[in-house]
Amino acid sequence: MSEVKDVSGEPGNFTVKVLEQPRYIDVSKCTGCGECANVCPVVRKNEYDMAMSQRKAAYRRYAQAVPGAFAIEKRGSSPCKVACPAHISVQGYVALAAEGKYHEALKLVKEENPLPSICGRVCHHPCESACKRGDVDQPVAIDSIKRFVADLDLHSETRYVPEIKGKHSEKVAVIGSGPAGLSCAYYLAIEGYQVTVFEKLPVLGGMLSVGIPAYRLPRDIIGAEIQVIQDMGVEFKTGVDIGRDITIAQLREQDYKAFFVAIGAHECKSLGIEGEDLDGVYPGVDFLRDVNLGKEVALGNRVAVVGGGNVAMDAVRTALRLGSQKPFILYRRSVEEMPANEEEIEECREEGIELFTLTNPVRIIGEGGRVKAVECVKMELGEPDASGRRRPRAVPGSEFTIEVDAVIPAIGQESDWACLTPECACQLSDWGTMQVDPLTLQSNDTDIFSGGDAVTGPKTVIEAIAAGKQAAISITRFLNGQDLLAGREQEWKAIEEVRTEGYDRIPREHMPRLAPEGRLKSFDEVQLGFSEEQVRKEAERCLSCGVCSECYQCVEACLAKAVIHEDQPKERDIQVGALVVAPGFQPFDPTSFDTYAYAKLPNVVTSMEFERLLSASGPTMGHLTRPSDHKEPKKIAWLQCVGSRDIHHCDHAYCSGVCCMYAIKEAVIAKEHAGGNLETTIFYMDMRTHGKDFEKFYNRAKDQHGVRFVRSRVHSIEPVAGADDLEISFVTEGGTIQQETFDMVVLSVGLEASKSALDLAQRLDLKLNDNQFCEHSSFEPVSSSRPGIFVCGAFPGPKDIPQSVMEASAAASAAGCLLAASRGTQVREKQTPPQINVTGERPRVGVLVCHCGINISGVVDVRAVRDFAKTLPFVEFVTDNLYTCSQDTQVALKDLIHEHRLNRIVVAACTPRTHEPLFQETMADAGLNKYLFEMANIRNQDAWVHSQDPAMATEKAKDLVRMAVAKVALLEPLQEAELSVNQKALVIGGGVTGMVAAKAIADQGYPVTLVEREPQLGGQALSLHKTWRGEEVQPYLQQLTEQVTTHSNITVCLSTSVTNVDGFVGNFKTTLQNGGEPWVVDHGIAVIATGGQQWRPDEYAYGKDPRIATHQELDRRFLEKDPTLKHVQSAVFIQCVGSREPHRPYCSRVCCTHSVESALELKRMNPESDIYVLYRDLRSYGERELLYLEARKAGVIFIRYDLAHKPQVEIRDGNLHVTVIDHVLQRPITLTPDLLTLATAILPNETAALGQFFKVPANEDGFFIEAHAKLRPVEFATDGVFLCGLAHYPKPLDESIAQAQAAASRASTILARETIQFSGNVASTDQLLCSACGTCVNICPYSAPGFNAKGKAEINPALCKGCGLCVASCRSGAIRLRGFDDAQIFAMLESL
Amino acid sequence: MSEWEPKIVAFLCNWCSYGSADLAGVSRLQYPHNIRAIRVPCSGRVNPKFILAALRQGADGIWVSGCHPGDCHYIEGNLYARRKFTLLKNLLDYTGMEPERLHFSWISSAEATKFAETARGVVDAVKTLGPARHFIKREAEVA
Repeated sequence: MSEVKDVSGEPGNFTVKVLEQPRYIDVSKCTGCGECANVCPVVRKNEYDMAMSQRKAAYRRYAQAVPGAFAIEKRGSSPCKVACPAHISVQGYVALAAEGKYHEALKLVKEENPLPSICGRVCHHPCESACKRGDVDQPVAIDSIKRFVADLDLHSETRYVPEIKGKHSEKVAVIGSGPAGLSCAYYLAIEGYQVTVFEKLPVLGGMLSVGIPAYRLPRDIIGAEIQVIQDMGVEFKTGVDIGRDITIAQLREQDYKAFFVAIGAHECKSLGIEGEDLDGVYPGVDFLRDVNLGKEVALGNRVAVVGGGNVAMDAVRTALRLGSQKPFILYRRSVEEMPANEEEIEECREEGIELFTLTNPVRIIGEGGRVKAVECVKMELGEPDASGRRRPRAVPGSEFTIEVDAVIPAIGQESDWACLTPECACQLSDWGTMQVDPLTLQSNDTDIFSGGDAVTGPKTVIEAIAAGKQAAISITRFLNGQDLLAGREQEWKAIEEVRTEGYDRIPREHMPRLAPEGRLKSFDEVQLGFSEEQVRKEAERCLSCGVCSECYQCVEACLAKAVIHEDQPKERDIQVGALVVAPGFQPFDPTSFDTYAYAKLPNVVTSMEFERLLSASGPTMGHLTRPSDHKEPKKIAWLQCVGSRDIHHCDHAYCSGVCCMYAIKEAVIAKEHAGGNLETTIFYMDMRTHGKDFEKFYNRAKDQHGVRFVRSRVHSIEPVAGADDLEISFVTEGGTIQQETFDMVVLSVGLEASKSALDLAQRLDLKLNDNQFCEHSSFEPVSSSRPGIFVCGAFPGPKDIPQSVMEASAAASAAGCLLAASRGTQVREKQTPPQINVTGERPRVGVLVCHCGINISGVVDVRAVRDFAKTLPFVEFVTDNLYTCSQDTQVALKDLIHEHRLNRIVVAACTPRTHEPLFQETMADAGLNKYLFEMANIRNQDAWVHSQDPAMATEKAKDLVRMAVAKVALLEPLQEAELSVNQKALVIGGGVTGMVAAKAIADQGYPVTLVEREPQLGGQALSLHKTWRGEEVQPYLQQLTEQVTTHSNITVCLSTSVTNVDGFVGNFKTTLQNGGEPWVVDHGIAVIATGGQQWRPDEYAYGKDPRIATHQELDRRFLEKDPTLKHVQSAVFIQCVGSREPHRPYCSRVCCTHSVESALELKRMNPESDIYVLYRDLRSYGERELLYLEARKAGVIFIRYDLAHKPQVEIRDGNLHVTVIDHVLQRPITLTPDLLTLATAILPNETAALGQFFKVPANEDGFFIEAHAKLRPVEFATDGVFLCGLAHYPKPLDESIAQAQAAASRASTILARETIQFSGNVASTDQLLCSACGTCVNICPYSAPGFNAKGKAEINPALCKGCGLCVASCRSGAIRLRGFDDAQIFAMLESL
Repeated sequence: MSEWEPKIVAFLCNWCSYGSADLAGVSRLQYPHNIRAIRVPCSGRVNPKFILAALRQGADGIWVSGCHPGDCHYIEGNLYARRKFTLLKNLLDYTGMEPERLHFSWISSAEATKFAETARGVVDAVKTLGPARHFIKREAEVA
């Protein structure tokens, strides 16, 4: 989750700026149990499964990910949360509501807002204005969701009352019971303070009760929300007018320690026009208060309400309900500027109320002291004012008069400050509001805090609520003598980039309302609230802008307390000497290929998607079904070269190099999955199986598995009407168009540089080539354009896994050479105490049984298992832990070992595969041998898989513990053998590969003996002309030879061969001979780089005519600048000479590119010449494809032949006649070239003797077999012996160089150490029992057993890997495997 | 009498099959509780005597599982295991033991589903046969 932002400095001394993105989960605490994901309500597409499955916002990338810790995907705070003045986790409760977790949603709301039922009705919901769904269609009806969850709680039998954290005796007075006061009281009550709320009016609720009419906010709702606060212990006193009935000074005397003044703004502002004192002018707030308190108010029929805010709307609608026939609104701006809620304006209109906008009263005209009319003027809008609204201007001469019975000014309110008696040191602003610190809300008088309308002037309910909570925080800190300000300055910034395309338009749910005719003369609630179904629908419309919704369910679920929602990005500077850049590739996105309709047809999938469909851990658990209907496909087609070798649909002229092979693999595996009931067809242009053993796999796929191969480029994919099947149209080689129907089509997508890799290249100043791959040369294949920065994998060019792994090691080697001088300078060694000798002691077993939070104890009765363990033989001590892996348990375990003198430990918990090393380290730290340990896997293999059957799971746990105890009692302390390493290398083979390997090892500071059979260095490269990139080989070769022969660490032995090898890793003794006396060199490792040679053909009339040459011979002629080449009029190249034949069934990999390159060279010499390449599949893989393209452009003619119809070569009348069947015309054509080049196979040099000396195997073609074809391509199973170059497989120069560097890198992992430690879990023989049958010697793949001087088998612990194969195979029972001995396993079985 | 539940001993190689059993847990796949796993470094470590010993101790079924051919952490131990297992199975068949008590599988560490499915299959097969009595010393006879 980190990214390199910048690299400065020079090779050997770089400063790297690294930005680490927050994970939001503490990796050191996370146990990987997944409870956070279980409760997470946010569902995301799982990118690991190519979006074919879902995951949560709390997730692990895939089941086996390392580290196994979870992470939370959080893009930032969602716009709704930021817009809300109280910063409620809006997205969180919406997500919870979508899952039907209404109670959890309510709890989350109440973290910030104690009055959700009220807010759900009257909030002006800025969250909805900010909602990004509005950019798709309409905002989510957030407020109504909140109302639903709150009302549900309101009507439930047990209401949610928050837990009171503690009890404090301090008394706090809250003055005013409006939303600010209630909110403050609520949060102070949670803290445990003694809170009294004083209210001047006879009813509680402030403006909620006396300002907002009941048809918007029913009074029982207010009562019910206040009831919860009362239930929490808050005392309410109504009818107490602070300042008049009792003063703050008197309250201080009564031991009130802090005050929250939240008196609101209940005094109406006047219009400031003539006639305002007339009878019939009724200030809006007074009017609403009187009505709400039950006073009779008579207005008459025509009522002018002045203002555009919610008070004006409330007043006009209240007037209507009181019987006025024609109440209306006068507002000086337009409807758009009205501050009232949109719904309220809409409901006004529904109720028939007229809105006169752009109309301003200028005079109230009276008659007999009573209102008669109001004179107005028309307005127009000018420039925006400070509030951002356009400033209204009177239109001169537009005055007119409206007759009215009453006028209700509702243009604003102010506060009555009678409560502030002289002893209060508070100050008021010019606006008549209280002056407080904007963050802490503390006034100038330190124990007085204030918030809500009293501070802000008339504002909204939610702002008052937010202020109430902030005041409660301040007061809590004030009473505890803490800093009020610390950590409270938080900048709320909403994420901006939210995807709004690609969503279906789903209209917002409509709020059910009382019919307008039913509303008149009634104060019944107009908005009826959403149904549950509506709530779910609305909640599901949420775009999850922040991804993580901050619902905090995970915090509660995580017993390990690993979730950190406050986690922040960290920027670090790291000092390094070199960098290796391996940002990889991205699969090509085929959406742009409209004829393949990938985006439209669900059963057209990419090869990456198909990989997931085949995977046992994929979206279908490895069950092969097609996406549209989950039917098992009967017929699948693969289309090759999608996004590769294509300059029409995309700009990728190169071949991706891997797709042919993976398509064959997918076809074969798909067939295996389907159990023989599947037809597979691969549509391809050239089948490029040029890797080691790939051609054999291709042949097997064809001949044994029945995969069908069709040479064709597919034109289009069309849906089959009425089915989900797909019809593809393709052109056969004969030129006819055919159609065929398939159940599923797989697009074999190519590799391309990812956007992030390109950005990184730019930041690091690395040059890219035209294909957007990192530039490098053939001679330094892992060096980027910037010295000290090395590259590998698909970043410098498309390639497969083995080549990528080789390059990775090569890059490490290149970095190692650069930094050789500082090797080992920053190593710190861990100190462990001396081991306690427990040999011969009676076993004293300690058993620790883990709860793993609730992961184990939720199913298994952990305490019963613990008590059971106590009854087992040799068990001295048992305990159970919430998390046995936690840091404090490790400390405790060390103490336990000493206190109870434990000499064996059993941990019953998760799996030894992840946790054994941790406990073993703790044991070592306590001085106990780490092999005296055993785990019982009661989580992964018990609690998690038998959660339906707790009783049996507990029984199984007991059995597993009993087996572990039985085994551990028999375990012995094991020693890890240590052997000294002879830090010298032997490299066999003095070609380019051997020289590069020798130089790389020598540059890292280790002496090398380089052995070459021939009298000169250089090998096959001596006859090479140019690389495929056009670089001349000879100057490089000369330079390399010079460097090697003069290197102080390299001893070159020419005309020398190896005659014997003794010893093993770290200590080889090799006998060399060059005619005279043999001599012995000591070395720690060996690199085999014995190379290969060209095959001398016995076909195509080779050797019978000087005009017929191998491709290497042609190279020689280029090198020698043969003048006759200029006059070649016609040249023919025949490919696959000796390769891909039944008796030599491998592809020699280099020949296609080599011939294309030579063809181009000839064309350059003589552009008029006719050049033909006769090929089977043109395998110019990777960026070599561009050469092929260039050759075709230059007019080189490529003619395909197949194995059954190989070209015929005849020498007739002094001319060469080459006859080939043209693959398009299907007719023989005869060419008469004056140059025929045979692209002959590459053979390995003789390897049998070396193979025997070093005990390393070769395949039937004579190439050495590496330890693992993909993951260990330069190592042998035998330790300390490495492999590179043509001895491994045919390959071009650049790949040989990379592999040589890789071998040097792997070798240096041994050479860098003075000693090597081996595992204690090794086998050993009993000399008395050994019958010297030799079975162990024969079968050990690591050659660990050998016969000693007495003729008995003896196992070298340095070579033994502890697999136990020899132990199970020994006929005499003479071999024991430490840690997994027969006796130990029998003990486990007996304990069953 | 409560319903009889077989006991099955599974020898799982550390690198593949034991890993798949762990992954089955991570994926919360449910399978019968009758399996008692013994972790071995490699299926090649499984001495035929282990199988005989387990049967003698009253196991009703045996399951040996290793890496897929070609994927063995120790190169080819799994192939030797298969050979040994096949021979032993033949022998036990000859002695009258039902071959359905002995199971062998290749399961990679990514194949949690296969592990759970195979576990179900093994348990079902052994349940159908009932308790194994071939190698248990009958107390009456011994006494």
